Amino acid sequence: MNGAQDLGGMHGFGPVVPEPDEPVFHAEWERRAFAITLAAGAMGEWNLDMSRHARESLPPAEYLTKSYYEIWLAGLERLLVDRGLVTPDELEKGCQLVEPKPVNRVLTAAAVPTVLARGAPVEREPSRPARFAVGDRVRARNIHPRRHTRLPRYVRGHVGKIVIVHGCHVFPDSHAHGTGEDPQWLYCVRFAAQELWGPDGGATDSVHVDLWEPYLEPS
Amino acid sequence: MAREAPHRHDHHDGEGSALSETELRVRALESMLIEKGYIDPEALDVLIEMYESRVGPRNGARVVATAWSDDTFKAWLLDDATAAIASLGYTGRQGEHMRVVENTPHVHNMVVCTLCSCYPWPVLGLPPVWYKSPPYRSRAVADPRGVLEEFGVRLDPNVEVRVWDSTAEMRYLVLPMRPSDTEGWSVDRLAALVTRDSMIGTGLPLPPDAAGTAAQ
Repeated sequence: MNGAQDLGGMHGFGPVVPEPDEPVFHAEWERRAFAITLAAGAMGEWNLDMSRHARESLPPAEYLTKSYYEIWLAGLERLLVDRGLVTPDELEKGCQLVEPKPVNRVLTAAAVPTVLARGAPVEREPSRPARFAVGDRVRARNIHPRRHTRLPRYVRGHVGKIVIVHGCHVFPDSHAHGTGEDPQWLYCVRFAAQELWGPDGGATDSVHVDLWEPYLEPS
Repeated sequence: MAREAPHRHDHHDGEGSALSETELRVRALESMLIEKGYIDPEALDVLIEMYESRVGPRNGARVVATAWSDDTFKAWLLDDATAAIASLGYTGRQGEHMRVVENTPHVHNMVVCTLCSCYPWPVLGLPPVWYKSPPYRSRAVADPRGVLEEFGVRLDPNVEVRVWDSTAEMRYLVLPMRPSDTEGWSVDRLAALVTRDSMIGTGLPLPPDAAGTAAQ
């Protein structure tokens, strides 16, 4: 979706402001928001692509004014309500009003190190050969999906070159909407900076973007 | 069961006033999820401790310093970063598929996630606020040299800048150039020169004379 999350190339946000000796969390509630988001995700009631989609579906004005963990919190609330695990009334009142629903699993303290160390690899056995090879010229398709996509606006319609074939990976555009993993070939595509930004791009500079096969056409 | 009296009081909390709406929402949500049996309160403490104290850029610094010291490891790292990094014990969430990109006298690499906040957790920990914020995400791809100048990094115009936008589950780590005058240094000593930003590509390693202050 052409939402506020797709920030590449936008103007007007001002300078980057690094914070000296930045703490991992800036407040106790950030610690809690981080941990409950990971623990709730471990229930297995949604996947990472669904989480990203829940966050980017916030109205753009809200997305751009909320802090990072406020966005996480809003995304988590949306997922919990959408799955019927929490009711809007419960969120409003801040306490349990209806019986819980059964969930796939509950992350225990003892399982945390193992679950984190395992992660969730997304590479899958290919069911068909890759359409493109290293060195091929490709064009990012000029498409504007209204649902979740990881094709940033700033590369759409532009020509680049395949520099890495990463393998076959879970396709977020399907996975975010519960229609299965739908694995697709994933490529790293190198775009010359001036192809993307015209004369404002550095003459020798480039941007590398990981793009799934359905995002690309031969050029 | 509401969590009372968190053991770490944070000065940012409420800035001395009553709890903010967000703080109250988080507390209420946490206690409700626990009451419903969806989450285990002890797991929350382990998660926080893990990312606040254990997983962080010192892991990545060890990867870089090992590559600087051992050509065989470096070749492996550039060929199969996931396996080479796992051999040092760093695996898992948000580092399932790793790729290392090497800086040279002619090429400078820089990593961003324009669409959200993708970042290699096992080697760098959780990302800093600037990495997740609109100024960096909007400009890293369009004006990398301008962004680098804000970090105090001024590159020779002949150096090619390669930006890596983490749009998929591949996670990128920059292998910075080894500082000169560090011949014969141990991995530990070298690792003290490797800053977090040098592994994102928004900074450079410390010079060897800074090692004394950086050692801890």
